[in-house]
Amino acid sequence: MNNPKEKIHEPLFHIVKRSKDALPLWKSWLIRAIAIVFSLLVCSVIIVLLTNQNPLEVFGALLKGSFGSERKFWNMLQNLAMLLCISLAITPAFKMKFWNLGAEGQVLIGSLCSMVLMFTVGDKIPNLVLILAMLAASILGGIIWGLIPAVFKAKWNTNESLFTLMMNYIAIQLVSFAIMVWVPSGSSVMGLVNSSTKAGWIPDIFGQKYLFNIIVVAALTVFMFVYLKSSKHGYEISVVGESENTAKYIGINVKKVIIRTMILSGAICGLAGFLLVAGTNHTISKDLAGGNGFTAIMVSWLAKFNPFVMVITSFLIAFLQRGAGEIATNFNLNTSIADILTGIIIFFIIGSEFFINYQIKTKAKKEDK
Amino acid sequence: MKKIAKILSIVLAVALVLGLAACGGKTENNGENNSENPVAAGADYSDIKFGLICLHDENSTYDNNFISAVKEVQQNLGLSDDQVLIKTNIPETEACLNAAEELVDEGCNFIFADSFGHESYILQAAQENPDVQFAHATGTHAHDAGVPNFHNAFASIYEGRYLTGVAAGLKLQEMIDSGKITADQAKVGYVGAFDYAEVKSGYTSFFLGVRSIVESATMEVVYTNSWFDIALEREAALKLINDGCVIISQHADSEGAPKACEEKGVPNVAYNINTESVAPNTALVSSRINWAPFFTLCIDSVLKGESIDADWVGTIATGSVELLGVNEKVAAEGTQAKLDEVKAQFEAGTLKVFDTSTFTVDGKTLDSYLADIDDDGTFSHETEVVSDGYFHESVYRSAPCFDIVIDGITEA
Repeated sequence: MNNPKEKIHEPLFHIVKRSKDALPLWKSWLIRAIAIVFSLLVCSVIIVLLTNQNPLEVFGALLKGSFGSERKFWNMLQNLAMLLCISLAITPAFKMKFWNLGAEGQVLIGSLCSMVLMFTVGDKIPNLVLILAMLAASILGGIIWGLIPAVFKAKWNTNESLFTLMMNYIAIQLVSFAIMVWVPSGSSVMGLVNSSTKAGWIPDIFGQKYLFNIIVVAALTVFMFVYLKSSKHGYEISVVGESENTAKYIGINVKKVIIRTMILSGAICGLAGFLLVAGTNHTISKDLAGGNGFTAIMVSWLAKFNPFVMVITSFLIAFLQRGAGEIATNFNLNTSIADILTGIIIFFIIGSEFFINYQIKTKAKKEDK
Repeated sequence: MKKIAKILSIVLAVALVLGLAACGGKTENNGENNSENPVAAGADYSDIKFGLICLHDENSTYDNNFISAVKEVQQNLGLSDDQVLIKTNIPETEACLNAAEELVDEGCNFIFADSFGHESYILQAAQENPDVQFAHATGTHAHDAGVPNFHNAFASIYEGRYLTGVAAGLKLQEMIDSGKITADQAKVGYVGAFDYAEVKSGYTSFFLGVRSIVESATMEVVYTNSWFDIALEREAALKLINDGCVIISQHADSEGAPKACEEKGVPNVAYNINTESVAPNTALVSSRINWAPFFTLCIDSVLKGESIDADWVGTIATGSVELLGVNEKVAAEGTQAKLDEVKAQFEAGTLKVFDTSTFTVDGKTLDSYLADIDDDGTFSHETEVVSDGYFHESVYRSAPCFDIVIDGITEA
């Protein structure tokens, strides 16, 4: 009765991690492409079931959001640049496994520092001096906001996720407070600042108002790639990220690396805040960072912390966000439906990474062998 | 062989899904053609393209009020779906300028933005696109900006709020008469978004309506410091109920307060939407700015090439100020008749909401008041608005300017 063979329960399939570089590059990209095709199919079904629209037309609108006109293309590039800038900022921290969830606040503080100068001394000093002072103030503000949780982490090993997250709320309240003081009518709306004098506004380059931002972020991307890949700092960051004990063993001052890296992270967030105020919005509100401080985490992880791949992932997010708005406008739908589609596409793309990193071995295959 | 079969089955599945999808699309297209309305008699609106920029989407009662007005106009004038573009969830940043410019690119010749913070961006878009008409709700710049294609609009909603106050007052009187509360306990609560003239003007007119019926009434105001926050608005309403308020009204854009009132069985006066569906047992009445008359006026002006007023104020007479749903289940007896009577007085011009003989400030009658009308960035109060015995609200500009706390009202 007791057949020993029956006792061994053979699973239908099991999952095996692929050895590094086992999968040729073309195969990994094929898997990603298949994932996108599948995500579009699921989207099509959702579109038909929920909205009764033609999916091809909806996908057409998705494209139109970024490529429908020259202006839309530039606006998409601007969205991409700002998202990429914040993603670049958090990347060294995340690579070090320092969970900086405070980019939103660090950007806001950067914006606030720029706005303080723009609002108070905007008409009193030459524009170039003003802009440089705003830049310095923003970077300093971002550094301070990043440094506080870093010092606490290095000295007392506090939880940086909670700490940085709570710093966001302080930043938001500081911005609300500043607006309350500056706008006594109580509307809580700052409006365009210096719209007649344009003091503190970064001028158009070749007639393009966002070109400055785009160039700065492009340069920053190259810098971050080199910094992480080829500099001693970059090497130390990856060692600390892999194993703090190893880092200590080989004589890396972990505390110093944490603090130094968060200074860099905060500084770039501050720069992003400067670009948002001087180069883009010319106002301040508590929603100025627009959630990009959190979206940036996804951009950075999806790209596996490679700044050049982050250009692609931030394009993907910016493209989907703009497309979502376009779909909502063109088909008279709530933006939620477009967000659902965006979610599905991103879900499939993240899911495809699983199939790139792991192999599924089925029972049948084993028997074949 | 096995592999090929697998691939083939996947391809077939894909083809099937796409085929289904295409079918779905086709039926939709047919539906659209059928539902197109005939163009309204006498005018050809085919050249009109209307762009609407909203801060939130239809889940906000405020934005929904604009969206439904546009849809009403679209239906009335027989505009196709291509002629009405609605951009939702546009923040009060450069994104607003981008949205406006993109609408211009799409060929819109009338663009309307609904949020106060959109104004400076819309003004900029108007300066850059002089051939397109731009209008903006609740803004303050048009009367002195000198940009001919930029307009501010609002309505004498204070009259609507006064009317809802009258309904609330009748309900209070009913409570007093039935012995449920004493005259001293006649306290109403108000959930306000911000300590700002538009909100203050609104709650004061509501309160004056209440007090025209129940002289002993008082009011407590709680601010949420947000235009849309379901949880905060709910909390604020519950606090007011705890503080002894027996009727609640609000000027904030979610359904947080009406739902809290329904839970506690406290009558609620709403703004912009009829809340009977979410609060069938407590929704008393609601006032609303109907934007359809202004939109229609603007479209007609664009069509005829006529100019639009820099500052436009809708009234009861233009159909811009409306009352929604006097709920028989909640309202006191004779409410509708009384409302009709007061409404007639407004239309005849015999009743002024901010009649200075009906209220005091710090115990004194308001003989003179300098309001902050001109928006030059200084926030100086420079324009005299009290004359002929009443405060001239929405006269020197469309946006409200009544920002005084009158006796009987306490702000928490």
